[in-house]
Amino acid sequence: MPNENQEKQASSMNFLALSNDSTVKTFIMATLVCLVCAVFVSVAAVSLKPLQILNKELDKKKNILQVAGLYQDGVDIEAEFSKIEIKLIDLSTGEYTTEYEAASYDERKAAKDPELNVAIEKANDLASIRMRPKVMPVYQVMDGDEVKQLILPVNGYGLWSTLYGFLAVEKDGQTIVGLSYYEHAETPGLGGEVDNPKWKKIWSGKKIYEADGSVGIDVVKGAVVPGSKGSEFQVDGLAGATLTSRGVGNMLKYWMGSEGYQKYLNKVQANGA
Amino acid sequence: MDKDTKKIILDPLVDNNPIGLQVLGVCSALAVTTNLGTALVMTLALTAVTACSNLSISMIRNHIPSSIRIIVQMTIIASLVIVVDQVLKAYVYDLSKQLSVFVGLIITNCIVMGRAEAFAMKNPPGISFLDGIGNGLGYGLVLMVVGTFRELLGSGKLFGIEILTTVNDGGWYVPNGLMLLPPSAFFIIGLMIWAIRAWRPAQVEAPDFKIKEVNGTEAV
Repeated sequence: MPNENQEKQASSMNFLALSNDSTVKTFIMATLVCLVCAVFVSVAAVSLKPLQILNKELDKKKNILQVAGLYQDGVDIEAEFSKIEIKLIDLSTGEYTTEYEAASYDERKAAKDPELNVAIEKANDLASIRMRPKVMPVYQVMDGDEVKQLILPVNGYGLWSTLYGFLAVEKDGQTIVGLSYYEHAETPGLGGEVDNPKWKKIWSGKKIYEADGSVGIDVVKGAVVPGSKGSEFQVDGLAGATLTSRGVGNMLKYWMGSEGYQKYLNKVQANGA
Repeated sequence: MDKDTKKIILDPLVDNNPIGLQVLGVCSALAVTTNLGTALVMTLALTAVTACSNLSISMIRNHIPSSIRIIVQMTIIASLVIVVDQVLKAYVYDLSKQLSVFVGLIITNCIVMGRAEAFAMKNPPGISFLDGIGNGLGYGLVLMVVGTFRELLGSGKLFGIEILTTVNDGGWYVPNGLMLLPPSAFFIIGLMIWAIRAWRPAQVEAPDFKIKEVNGTEAV
């Protein structure tokens, strides 16, 4: 036994004593470095994962509260979020569905899952997102037992990036309360102005559908003349951000259209939520 | 603190600034300096990575086979960067969202690699660690100066606090949109290098060539 130990020690000594440029040592060093680094990275990733998931969920909830106008600095996000009820809707029929668990449904994951998504035909793909989930969540802001607002997730391509956000609509299914993005990588100061509170304020009170049922809402170049024809459907474009503005307009056209929430919103208009 | 340690930490601030003199790591300096908050987090992240990578590379420097030394350094740096990115995502989620890919890109930041190869491979762990901190701070100093100009002139704010009220918010200041785009960082860094070299002429490099002066009598 002692012999074996000594041998082991000797061999490990040998390895360190080997010339740095020998093939054996090169392989041993490469393997060791990889092993140590791999363990280090995996430990960090696994142990921090729960915190990261929590952050992501909180961030999403915060954004939903913000677009609903329920968020102020320092407010308890979880408590405030309990006023919101999540339901899932089947976009092809506009009916509520209970096929999946509403609280844990992730529409962004679903958009990538071949079982849960549908490809969008190129000609109809105004938002340039290629795939959309069959089922989308709708966040209903409750006032007691009554639905006050509907918050609908939307996404679409701007200039550099896909913008992810929420559109808040009154319970009439026609009047916009607000539009807010929680993730995008547009140019700061230009396209990034989609986050500007002043611009976001313009959205409030705009209408979505024209009298004939087609989608009217759009972002136009320059400033909208108040009182002009169609001005209730038009939002000022962002200066210096033509493509981002166009992307925002197109994404709403798509998501409010017949492949998006139109069937659902029509039902809401007719029968209430 | 004895003289040597002081020199190692303070030298990279002005005399041997990684951006100013060595002109390394400029790419990320363009990207993260639109506001001071991201510039500060980037500075801390880069300082941590440079210091730790210098430390660990220096500890095994005598056993790194020279034929694979670059890839060994890269592996160590990449692991540290991933961990820093994960920590940011877990504890300062909002800022990590703003920094997006740029934390990951610390891997390709020439300062980290440059210090590992030029300093940590030849020096003991203690001073290598300090060298990493010094260079991180030198990089940070430039970032903060550039960030101050860009945020103040580009959006009228410092650390997100309004200093000049912009026209968009009903004030008087018309923000300079160029300041928010990467080229402005180029201009500011260029002007800074000019200023530093005017102050410390020792940093001026010898010209690669001279334009020949033509005498009036010579045929042109």
